[in-house]
Amino acid sequence: MKNNATRRGRAPKSPRPPKWATKFLQFYCRPSLLEDLEGDLLEFFDSNLKTRGAFLARLIYIIDVLKFVRPYTLRKPSFANNSTARPMLANYFKTSTRSITRNKLFSGINIIGMAFSLSVGLLVIAFVSDIFHYDSTLKNPDRIYRVYSSFQPSGQPTMKLATTSWKAGALVRQQAPGVASVAILRNRFSGDADINSIDNKVPVTGLYADENFFDVFSFPLLKGVASSALKQPHSLVLTQTTANKLFGQGDPVGRYIKFDTVNYTVTGVLQDIPKLSHIQFEMLVSLSSIDLKDTSTASSDGTYMDWNNFFSNYTYVLLKPGADPAAFNAALDRIARAENASRPTDRHVALHTQPLKNIHIGGQMGNEIGFVANPVEVYMQCGLALIIILSACFNYTNLSIARSLKRSREVGIRKVIGARRMQVIGQFISESVLIALLSLGFAFLIFLFIREQFLSLNPRLDSAFSLALSPRLVLAFLAFTVLVGVVAGLLPALFYSKINAVSVLKDASSLKVFRHLSLRKTLVVVQYTFSLIFITATIIGYNQYKGFLKFDLGFKTENILNIKMQGHDDAVFAKQLSALPAVTGVSRSLLVTCLGSLTGSSMKYNDPQDSARVDINYVDENYLPLHQYTFLAGRNFLPKPKDAPETETIVNEETLRRFKIGHNDPSKAIGETVLIGRKHLTIVGVLKDFHYGTLESRIEPTALEYVANPGRYLNVKVSSTNLPATMTSIESLWKELDKVHPLDADFYDAEIEHAYSYFTVMLKTMGFFSALAICISSLGLFGMVIYTMEKRLKEISIRKVLGAGNGLLVYLLSKSFLFLLLISALIALPLTWLFFDRVILARFAYHQPIRPGELLIGPAFVAAIAFLMIGAQTLKAVRSNPARILKNE
Amino acid sequence: MKGTHLGEFEEIVLLTIASLVNNAYSVAICDELSTHADRTVKLGVVHAVLNRLEEKGLVKSELGEATSTRGGKRKRYYSVTGAGKASLLRAKEIRDQLWQKIPQLTLNRI
Repeated sequence: MKNNATRRGRAPKSPRPPKWATKFLQFYCRPSLLEDLEGDLLEFFDSNLKTRGAFLARLIYIIDVLKFVRPYTLRKPSFANNSTARPMLANYFKTSTRSITRNKLFSGINIIGMAFSLSVGLLVIAFVSDIFHYDSTLKNPDRIYRVYSSFQPSGQPTMKLATTSWKAGALVRQQAPGVASVAILRNRFSGDADINSIDNKVPVTGLYADENFFDVFSFPLLKGVASSALKQPHSLVLTQTTANKLFGQGDPVGRYIKFDTVNYTVTGVLQDIPKLSHIQFEMLVSLSSIDLKDTSTASSDGTYMDWNNFFSNYTYVLLKPGADPAAFNAALDRIARAENASRPTDRHVALHTQPLKNIHIGGQMGNEIGFVANPVEVYMQCGLALIIILSACFNYTNLSIARSLKRSREVGIRKVIGARRMQVIGQFISESVLIALLSLGFAFLIFLFIREQFLSLNPRLDSAFSLALSPRLVLAFLAFTVLVGVVAGLLPALFYSKINAVSVLKDASSLKVFRHLSLRKTLVVVQYTFSLIFITATIIGYNQYKGFLKFDLGFKTENILNIKMQGHDDAVFAKQLSALPAVTGVSRSLLVTCLGSLTGSSMKYNDPQDSARVDINYVDENYLPLHQYTFLAGRNFLPKPKDAPETETIVNEETLRRFKIGHNDPSKAIGETVLIGRKHLTIVGVLKDFHYGTLESRIEPTALEYVANPGRYLNVKVSSTNLPATMTSIESLWKELDKVHPLDADFYDAEIEHAYSYFTVMLKTMGFFSALAICISSLGLFGMVIYTMEKRLKEISIRKVLGAGNGLLVYLLSKSFLFLLLISALIALPLTWLFFDRVILARFAYHQPIRPGELLIGPAFVAAIAFLMIGAQTLKAVRSNPARILKNE
Repeated sequence: MKGTHLGEFEEIVLLTIASLVNNAYSVAICDELSTHADRTVKLGVVHAVLNRLEEKGLVKSELGEATSTRGGKRKRYYSVTGAGKASLLRAKEIRDQLWQKIPQLTLNRI
C-alpha cells in the first residue's frame, strides 16, 4: 500500500511516458545502447511536454520507441551470445529427464494424454496439408482459373454451377484479354470399352477435353504428343492404370477401342492422375469427337452450342504471365451481358472466375467436377482437434502447479545458486517440450492407426485424401509438438519463475499454491465443459440419426429391393423376377424417393397465372400398393399399354392445399384436371402426405404420373426368409441380362441409411473426439485428485482422529470436484441444446424433439467415471492409518 | 575506399560534433542540426549515423556523469577521432579543389 501511495503522490507532478513503451525499449535494446537511448527519449519527452502537451509527448515517445527498432539496436538473443547457453541446455535436458522419471504418475498421465491429443493434431495437420497440396503438382497453378456460372431460377436462391456453356468457353477464347490458353472439358463420357472381342468389354468413364487441355493442365504424358493427342476426333488419352487394365503391358498407342459402334484411337498415355487433384478421370476423349451438328441429343437446355446449355462443360483458363485477372473478369461480365441481352429468357447467366487453388476448398457448387472439401467441415475438424490438444495442455499446467509443493524447493535452490528468471523458465519449458516429444512417439503410432480409421469412415474421404507422410509433414509434426510443449509448459514456467527463493526455502508451505486454485479450477471446468458438449452432442446426434431411419415416411420400405436397370429393358427381367418364389411383388419407378434425388415440373390449376413447382415420380400401377401408400380418396392407376397417352395423376394432400383443389377435400378433388408441365392430367387419387425428399426438406406438392415403363428402377418386394439365396438367384438372372455391369441393387432401408451417411461420419468423428476429451480430462482430474489427497493427508488424519466417519470424509474431499463437474454441466448442457435446436436440427424440417433424458446421459456417464476415480482415491486416503501419517511429522 | 567515404549527412554530423566541442551528445547534435542546418532531423536518424560513424572509427564516445535530468540516465558524449578529422579535412579539400576549378564567369551565369 505504501508503495502505491508514494507512486501515486509523484504522478501528478509531471506526466511520465507510458511504461509499457519503456519496457519494450528495455526488452529489445542492446544493453550497451540502452542507457543513452532511454535518456535521450526522456529528454525529448520532457521538452515535448512543455511545447506540445502530455498527449502528444506520449505519442511521440511511443513512436520514437518503435522507430528505434533497427538492426543495430536489437539485442542479440540471449542464447546466441551467452557462452553458457549450450551447457545449460544439456543441463535442462538432464534435469528434465530426471524429473520425468522421478514423477512417474505425473509423466505417465501427461504422456498418455498428450499422445492421444497429439495424434489427433497430427491427423488434422496431415489433412490440412493435403488440402493445401491439392493440384500442387501442376505447373503455373496461380495462373490457372476456372470459369463458372451462376444464375437465379425464379423464386429461388442463386445457384452456382462449376460448369459453363460450351459457347461461353468459346467466347472466352475469342474475346477475353490476357489469355494464354483455354481448355474446354465436358463431363461424363462413359461406355464399355471393346477391344477386338465381344466378351471382353470393360466399362470406362472419362472426360471430353479439347486439344488445349495439356496447355493448361501439365499432367505428364508417358506416351504420345501433348500438343496433338486430343486434336483429331475419336482420339483417346488413357491413364496408366486404364491402359494396363485394357491392354496389359502392351503399348496402347495407335490401338483402337470400340465404344458402341465407333472406333476410337489411343493417342497417348498419361501418368496416373495424382490423388490430390480436383479433376479425376480414367481417360480423356477428344472434344472434337462430338458432332456439333448432331441435334438428336439436344435436350430441353438446347443444343451443344446453346448459351443456355451450361450444365455439362467446364472452362479452364491459363492466363498469360502478368495478366490482370480483374480485366479478365470484366471481359467475362461483358460476354455474359451481351449474350443475356441477345435472348429474351428469364435466365440470366453470369460468369465468374475461381483460382485453381481455391477450387478444392471453395465450397460445393452444382455439377462439381470432382471432390471439393467443405470449408466448414475443415474448420470444425481443426477446432475440435485444437480443443482436445488444449485439454491435454491444461492437464499439464494443472498437474505441474499442483505438485509445486515438491518442485518449489528445487527452484529455490536453483535461484539461490544464481539461476535467472529466464533460466528457470527455460528449465520448465524444456521439460514440457521433452514430455511432448516423448508423447510424439506414441502419438505417431496412434496416428498411423487412426489414419486408416479416418479414411475408411467414408469412401469419399479415401478417394480424396492420401494423408501420406512426407519430410515436410514430419517437420511440421515436430514443430507442432514443440509448440504444444511450449504452450503446455508456459504457465507452470511463469509460475515457478516467480517463486521467491528465500521464503520457499524457509518454509515451503508458505508458497501460495492456492492462489492459483481458481486458475486450475477454471481449466478443469473448461475441460469438462467441452467433454460434456462432445458426448452430449454425440448422443443427441445418434438418437436423431436413429430417428431419421425409423421416421414414418408415409409408406413402407421394408424388404424392398431397388434394382437399377442401367438402361436395359425390364420387361423380361421383371417377369423372371416375379416368377421367383421369394418375390412377392415387382413395381417400376423413375426415382427412388426420400434419398435426396428429385425431379419436378411446374403445375397449374384453374388460375393460369398461378403455377408452382411439384415433385414428380413416374410409377407403374404396382408401385403404390407395393409401398403401401395410404389413399385418402380415389383409386390407384389402371394398367395401360406402353404407348397410351398420359391422362391421370395421383397427388398428395399438400397439392390440394397449395392449389385449393376441391376446397382441400380429397374426395371432391377427384376428377379435377391439372396442368403438369404441358400435360393436362385428371386427378384420380389423393394420397395422405408422404415424404419425397430427405427429412431436411418440407413435404411439397407431389404428383405421381403413370408410365407403363418408367424404366429406371425396379422395386422388388421380397420375403425376408433366406435373403442370401434370393439375392443369388436375382444376381444370376441379372447376369443373363447384362454380362458387363454388375447388379446394382440395394434394399430401400439401406439406401435411406446411406442417404444420411454423412451423419454417421459426423457421429463417428464426434464420438471419437468425445471419447478422447473424456479420457484426457478424466486423466487430468485423476492427477489432481491424487495430488490434493497427498497434500491433505494430514488434515484427513487429524479429522479422523477427531472422529470423522469415512463417508463424511469422502463427501468432504470429493465435493469440490463434483461441484466443478456440476458447473461444467450447467454450462455445457444449455449450450449443446441450443446448438442442436437452433443450428443443426433447424436444417431439418422433420425431426424428433430433443428429450431431456438424452441431455442427461452424458453428464451422468462422465460423473460416474469422475466419481469412481475420486471415490477410489479419497477412500484410499481415508482408510490410511492416521497414526502412521501423523507420526512422521 | 567505400568504408571510409563520408556521406553528406555523415559529414554534417561529424562537423556538428566537432563544433559542439564538449557538449556533443545525441539530443544536442539533433538540436544543433535543426537550428543551424535548417533541416528537420529525427533522433533515430542521428543515432543511426552516430552508430555508423563510431563503427567506422571516425568518432569515439564515452558516457558522462549521471544528472538529475533525463531520469538519471547518463549521456553519451561523442568526440571526433584522428581518422575523423582526416576524413573531414579530405572532404573539405575535395570540395575546395572543385570550387577552384569553376571559373567565376560560369558561376555568375547560372
